Amino acid sequence: MERIPILKMGKFLLVTIQVDLYDRLALTLEEDLIQMVHKTGARGVLIDISALSIVDSFMGKIIGNIAAMSSILDAETVVVGMQPAVAITLIELGLPLSGVHTALNVERGMALLAARMPEETDSEDVDDD
Amino acid sequence: MWTTTNQNKEQLSILHDRDVIICRNRIKEVAVKIGMGIVNQTKLITAVSELARNMLIYAGGGNVIVEVVARGREQGVKIVFEDKGPGIQDIAKAMQDGFTTGKSMGMGLPGAKRLVSEFNIESTVGKGTTIKIVKWKNG
Amino acid sequence: MTRNIVTALQENQDRILDQWVNQRELSEDFGGNFNSFDDLKAQSSELLTAVLENMTAENITDLYASDLEPLIEYVSGLTLSRAKQGFSPRETATYIFSLKDALLKVLGELITEDPKELYRSTLEISKFIDNIGIVSFETFIRGREEVILGQADEMAELSTPVIKVWEGIIAMPIIGTLDSARTQVVMENLLQGIVETESSIAILDISGVPAVDSLVAQHLIKTVNAIRLLGADCVISGIRPEIAQTVVHLGIDLSKMVTKATLASALRYAYGILQLEVRKAGKEKSNL
Repeated sequence: MERIPILKMGKFLLVTIQVDLYDRLALTLEEDLIQMVHKTGARGVLIDISALSIVDSFMGKIIGNIAAMSSILDAETVVVGMQPAVAITLIELGLPLSGVHTALNVERGMALLAARMPEETDSEDVDDD
Repeated sequence: MWTTTNQNKEQLSILHDRDVIICRNRIKEVAVKIGMGIVNQTKLITAVSELARNMLIYAGGGNVIVEVVARGREQGVKIVFEDKGPGIQDIAKAMQDGFTTGKSMGMGLPGAKRLVSEFNIESTVGKGTTIKIVKWKNG
Repeated sequence: MTRNIVTALQENQDRILDQWVNQRELSEDFGGNFNSFDDLKAQSSELLTAVLENMTAENITDLYASDLEPLIEYVSGLTLSRAKQGFSPRETATYIFSLKDALLKVLGELITEDPKELYRSTLEISKFIDNIGIVSFETFIRGREEVILGQADEMAELSTPVIKVWEGIIAMPIIGTLDSARTQVVMENLLQGIVETESSIAILDISGVPAVDSLVAQHLIKTVNAIRLLGADCVISGIRPEIAQTVVHLGIDLSKMVTKATLASALRYAYGILQLEVRKAGKEKSNL
């Protein structure tokens, strides 16, 4: 079965979604990611959707689920790189994804997560991987 | 009110969740061909995704018929979703934001309607549901 | 019209052409628009060929017949090229209608025995050529419409400029009413601008928007939410006192948006978020 690869980058996890996900693959991703957050004790999850040409209500729900579940495991979720057309469509659809953080790109997303964890020092994540 | 420009009707069956993606991609190609802008394209295929998935979840699948239509000088894409599922008892209720019988987020029908130019739904309990949508190139 | 007559007309193509161009040459509006008599003859020959090749006993009464498409296409093309050469629609239509005289004259010479047939065929040819003239007119108008539509798009584009005011800050002044079509253009341009410039703050200045009702407010809220989805912040500036009044009187809730009275204060707010400071140069020196 196909799987979306999840990369560990320091105390964060990075998922880059390169293909349009069919529903079962999206559900698998949700499960894998939460397992991974638990296993690695990651403090943040970055989901890069810059390659996605659409986010429909199902995909929106998966993103919301990932954010809510991660939050229970004390990790924050940032969706990065959403295409303008996708953002406009999501708003029109009625899904503002209120529970998740957003950033323009992976770099900004990392910075956002790092800034939200001031109690920990930045030095450890550099050579962690 | 719709006039067919060519004999370019196409039919696709939705039987698995992967078919939803194939259907989306094909309709995107049609939209690109008539020169629809990226935002309207995205709105259209998002609506298609919602409606095709609804068919899959509630009726176990169905057919999608795609066609390029014209209204005067403007072109558009017309899509018909036909299923032989259980039908919808209360269409008015199903069109409300947040209403769901439990299998989805309840954004499908009303959300899809907001994303397209024209939306028409007919349903007979026990017989099935037919939804027709049109997205005009600049609509 | 019978097949025989159509065939007879086709066989007499040269005669019709001679008839047509000679009559054109004499007519007054054949002024400076054709470079030479040869040009006129070449173009007329092409059009006549297109007419006679595609016209059949069946489709002469049905302009929408699919086998007439090549002719319609040719006439459209001819109209457009003539329009570019500076012919007025009247001149092109007169030119096409003049073919009728030539066709009818030759027709009269071909049908000498049967006045009924001559009458019927004359009517059909008249109508057929009239329809071709209408096609030409429609093409002309369509060309104009395309220009108008193009200009409308351009105006929408021009009225929503994205300005990069600082590294990481873009602004868009909106002038005029904000309806849903306009909102779509505003959103598209603003979001595209954010992605292109990698800006984290967008300022939407509405000093030029005459009124804010609940619909406009809804459009603004949508825009702000869409910007948030990209990972940027939006500030609405240029809120005049009257607008603040109507917004409150209408019970519109703008509390979830960052709003500023002027573009300057929005800019100050943006600098604050980016942790930038603007200071007088002299002051800084004296501090050193």
